This record gives sequence, structure tokens and C-alpha cells, in this order.
Amino acid sequence: MSAESYVADLCRRTWAMTWKDVRVELRARERLNAMLFFAALVLFIFNFALGPDREKLREAAPGLLWLAFIFTGMLGLGRSFQAERENECFEELLLMPGDRESLYFGKLVGNILFMLLAEAVILPLFGVLYNLDIWPWLPGLALVAVLGTVGFSTIGTLLAAMTAHLRAREVMLPLLLFPLTVPVILGAVHASDALLAGRGLADAAHWVKLLAAFDIVFLVVCPLAFEFVLEE
Amino acid sequence: MTKRATDPLRSPDSAGAPVVEVFGLTKVFGGTLALDAVDLVLYRQEVLALLGSNGAGKTTLLKLLSTALRPSAGEGRIFGQDLRKERDAIRRRIGMISHNHHLYEDLTAEENLRFAAIMHGCRADRPAITKALGEVELERQAGSKVRTFSTGMKRRLVIAKMLLFDPELLFLDEPHNTLDQAAIALLNGYVAAVRSRGGAAIVATHNLSRAFEMADRFVILRDGAVRYAVAKYEGISIDGLRTLYARYAEGGDEVPEAAPSAERPVPRA
Amino acid sequence: MTSPRSAGYVGVAALGFVAAGLYLGLVAAPPDAVQGEVQRIMYLHVPSILTAYLAYTVTFIASIWYLWRRTPTADAIAVSSAEVGVAFTGITLATGSIWGKSTWGVWWTWDARLTLTAILFTIYVGYLMLRSFAEEPQAAARYGAVVAILGFLDIPLNHLAVQWWRTLHQPSSILRPGGPSIALSMLVPLVVNLLGLLLVYAYLLATRLRLEQIRQRTLEVRLRGRRG
Repeated sequence: MSAESYVADLCRRTWAMTWKDVRVELRARERLNAMLFFAALVLFIFNFALGPDREKLREAAPGLLWLAFIFTGMLGLGRSFQAERENECFEELLLMPGDRESLYFGKLVGNILFMLLAEAVILPLFGVLYNLDIWPWLPGLALVAVLGTVGFSTIGTLLAAMTAHLRAREVMLPLLLFPLTVPVILGAVHASDALLAGRGLADAAHWVKLLAAFDIVFLVVCPLAFEFVLEE
Repeated sequence: MTKRATDPLRSPDSAGAPVVEVFGLTKVFGGTLALDAVDLVLYRQEVLALLGSNGAGKTTLLKLLSTALRPSAGEGRIFGQDLRKERDAIRRRIGMISHNHHLYEDLTAEENLRFAAIMHGCRADRPAITKALGEVELERQAGSKVRTFSTGMKRRLVIAKMLLFDPELLFLDEPHNTLDQAAIALLNGYVAAVRSRGGAAIVATHNLSRAFEMADRFVILRDGAVRYAVAKYEGISIDGLRTLYARYAEGGDEVPEAAPSAERPVPRA
Repeated sequence: MTSPRSAGYVGVAALGFVAAGLYLGLVAAPPDAVQGEVQRIMYLHVPSILTAYLAYTVTFIASIWYLWRRTPTADAIAVSSAEVGVAFTGITLATGSIWGKSTWGVWWTWDARLTLTAILFTIYVGYLMLRSFAEEPQAAARYGAVVAILGFLDIPLNHLAVQWWRTLHQPSSILRPGGPSIALSMLVPLVVNLLGLLLVYAYLLATRLRLEQIRQRTLEVRLRGRRG
């Protein structure tokens, strides 16, 4: 099989997998609703927890934003193999001929899309609730959001597949995911902080590079590892 | 006296190299021996029934043969390809019909087929899918969500999927559970069609009458090991099969000979 | 390699080195000019984390080997090394915390090294928990191997991130270009303790490995017995 046809096949299968996940989600609408509702809840609770001090909220803003993103993302990841679990389709995945990487990428793209969608709703809501002017910084924030979401989702998708069968999976997924994605959280928060404080992305260039490096490393390692997670 | 599972079907229908050849196939899960040195040979145009009660190892054997699991020990070849090393090549030529449908309930019949076909690498265009749905009489439900289907309809959709895959070797895991007569007839018809076109099938079931209808050979498993093997051409009747089943699948009798050893199959007569 | 006698020799040697190291560190070495007596805890703290890093490296290599070759021994090494690594990381955290309490007055500071150690601890505790929750040993080995590989690759990234975020710790005084910058009288007990802990690691690894091999052999015998 030539290189071009391999890549074409990979893309076709990835797209089929992503499309399937998106279709299932749009029909059932469980995951997205849960994520959005939870995000709104988190934003409200932060406000109550931190009190009315405007300055305190402004300082904590980037951290709060990414807390909302991360927890919402976690919720979505926990459900990413829900359809397979409920419909007992894991065995079907095992029986599919062809590479395992496209199965991983298909799931990954779906997870990234859902998380980005949730973030696209959370961000303006955040701006409104906390009275922050996010619009001038939107391109930078979007870039950081994409880099962070991709990084978080690469390991998240792999771990979601792993914990899908486990007892106590609601505990194991966060327990494994959080320490591994500390670089993403730190990087995203600091870069967002530089943006929202008006210092510009150049000030946080090393953080952005760290995010990119993280993404690249795990975009390579995770698809390769997926085969071992999926089957014996 | 006791036929081994490796004895080929001595009838003019079977021809050519074996479709399935496994020796000493063993599977250990943690501390449990799920399959114990199973030998099996299957030729084209044969349907083999794996009989046994729950926990006998039928599903485990099917999963090993369909490459869903890796053997702990033993060797196996499907279409001459190694069970451990050439799994991808094997997967392209097999199909599984299970009592778990492996269908996405929130997708329509057509969407399920298209997804499965793309992932399997076979024809996934609309005409092919419509044709497959037509052959199982589900064209009118093409756009309906699988959630609305009865069990019989779901099983028919799986058969439509198989029509698209066009496998040479079919695995069936308790396929007759909760099916009505029409669906059973359709399923049996499909298996017979695969058989007559030169394919083969392995059916795992505890339903002896169904097994007797469909299969040419019967292998009785208990506690992960082959306890008895018999072929239809030897003149066994359904009652004879029931007696053997009661004795070897459920009773306490041990097989008079030692457990089947890993032998090469007897040369074809 | 894991015979009781050779493990015993290692154990005795370990004991010897640790005893010597502790004496040198806690009694013979001079107190630190700035920090005083409490600095002595460094003689346990630093070798602990270095040994833990070694343990995790071994787990990483054994995990790759297991996924490639599926040899049970590789998996036994991976889990044994991780367990010992977690123990040493725990010691590092505890000693670091005590040191912090004496030096800065608080049981915990979010300084870079301590935070990184805590993250490391959590990753590998997660590894051990994951293995215990897996349905059966082959799954535990596979999942564990994947997480061990992810964790190990993550360490440098975590290191950078946490370091940029915060540093209260003294800059590294041993692993620094130009050679160690601490006095010889302090370097010697440090090295002796390090060797001692490395031997303790080797001893624990050998013992745990033997346990694992006995377990696997017992399983084989039990299964063979069933076949008759």
C-alpha cells in the first residue's frame, strides 16, 4: 500500500469515526448538554466562592477560565466512549481491519470539537459574568485554547479508552489525567494571563512553545499507544 | 470411537486447504483457564457447531479465532494466516454475528451500515447499502434509528452488514437468541448461502435443534476443552446429539481417551 | 539474579552503606553554615529522589520491553520498580516537607522541586491503582505500561512547566556544569547514602521480582494441575 493511499485511507476512516461520534452526540445530546450546564454551574460557583471583590476576580480570571475549561473537558472525555460502552461496540472496534491510529484520531477529533464548542460558549459567558473585556484578545485566546484543548484531549482520549472498562472509572480518569496534563494547565493559564493583562503573547512565548511541544509529543505517542489500550 | 475436532468432513463437498487450523489453543484469564489446548480444523463449505453450556469456552474460542483476543498458548491459522501475526489480513475476510448487535442505537440503519462498511474497507456507497438493505427487507427502514428496531430487525441489519462485508468465514455467537421464525429462516438461509459459495461458518450455541439444522459437524466443549466431536455424515440423529450433549457438556463423564493432542489433521481421503 | 542468597548479599551491603551513610551524614559531617543541623535531612532527601528517578526509568524501559515482547518478566520488573519508586518518592516528599517546616516554617510550599515530586508521586500512585483496578493481569500490564510510558515522557515537560512557574529551592548544587559546588565533607556522606539507597532499591527490586516470579510459577503449576 502506497504512502498516499495509506494517508487517504487514514483520513477517510478518521473522518468516518468523527462523523459517527458527532452524529450520535447530536441525536442523543447527552454529552454536550451536560458539559454546558456544568460549565455554567462552575462559573457561577466561582463567583460565589470568591466573593464580590472585582480585583480578586480579575486576577484569578485566567485560572478560573481554564478551571472551567478543564473540568468541562473532563466531563466530556469521561463520556467519549459512552456510545461504545452502551451499544457494546468495543468488540466491533477490535474486529475492524485496518490501522488503530485512525480509530484514535477519529475519537480525538470528536473530543477536541466538543471541548472547543463548550469553550466557545464558556468564554463569552465568562466575559459577561466577570465583566472582562475578552474581545480584543480573542485571536490569542483562541490559539491558546486550541493548543491547550488539543494537548488535554490527546492524553484524555487515550485514558478514556483505558478507563472505559474499569471499575471506579470516574475516579481513575481524573486521577491519571490531571498530573499528566499539568504542563498544559500551567501553560494555558499563564499564556491567557499574559493576554488578558494586555502584555501580549510574546510575553508568554515560552509557555506557548511548551504547549506546542506537549501537543506534538503526545500526538505522536498516543495514537501508537492506542493499539495496546484497545486490544490484547 | 470419539471423533476428534480435527477430523475433517469426509464428504465430496469439502475441498482445498483448511480455512481454520488451530492446535493447542489455550487462553488464560488471570487465574482462570478459559480454553484448554483446543485443536480444531475447518474446511470450506463446512459449518461447525460449538456446543456447550455457559462458561464452557465457546465465546472465548470464537473471540480467539476472530482475533479479538490473543491466545496464551498454541498456534492457529485462518486462511493460512497466523492468528497472532497476521490479524489484520484475517479480519478483512471474517464476519461476526453475535447476540450483541454492535449497532449504534442512535444512528439509522443506513448510517450504521455506512460506518461499518467504511471501517471494514468494503463498498460503502448508497447503491450497495440500499441493495444490502433490500435483501434483508429493510429498505423502508433505512432512515429509521436502530433504537426503534425489534430484535429480529436488528439481526437482519447485521446480516445486511455481512452482505456488504462478504466474509469467507462467519462466526456466530448464540445467533438465534430471541429471534422469530422468519428471522431464523433468514439467518439460516444466509449461512447456507455462505457455505454453498465456498465459505465456512462456526456457530456457538446451546440450542441443539438450531445447531442440528445448520451444522455439518458438532464439537462439544466443557470447561474449556473439547470433550467430544461428531459429524452429521456419521448418521447422528438429533436425539443422539442430545444424549451426547447431556453426557459430555453437562454430565460428569470424562472422555475415554486422553484429551485431544496437538496433531496434524488426518490427510484427506 | 533473584536467588535468595544473592539478594541477601545485596541486602547486607545495602544495610552497611546506609548505616555508614547515616552515620556520616547525621553525625560526622559538619553542620551547614546557613541552615544548621536540619540541613542533614538532605542526605536522605536527595539520594531518595535520585533513586526514585532511576526506578521510574527502569519502569519506563521495562514497559516498552513488555509491550514489544510481552514477556512476563518485563512486566514484573516494571511494577516492582514502580512500587519501590513510589516508596522513595514518598520518602522524598516527607523529608522535603520536614525540611521546609524547619527552614521556611511551613509544612508545604509550592516550590518547583517539591511540586514536581508531588506530581510524580501522583502519576505513579495512579499507575499502581490503575493496575489494581484492571480486569485481569494482561490488561493491568498493558494499561500500566502505557501509563508508565506517558508518565515518563511527561516528566521533562512537567519539569519545565513547574520550574518556570515557581522556584524557591536552592539551585542544583550537584548536577551543575562545572562539578559539584558543595564541600567534600558534605559530598562524601551524600554519595555514600546514595549508594546505600541504590543498593536498597536493588534489594527491594530483587525481592519483589522474586515474589512476582513465584506468583507466576504458582499460577502455571495450578493451571497445569487442572489439565491433568
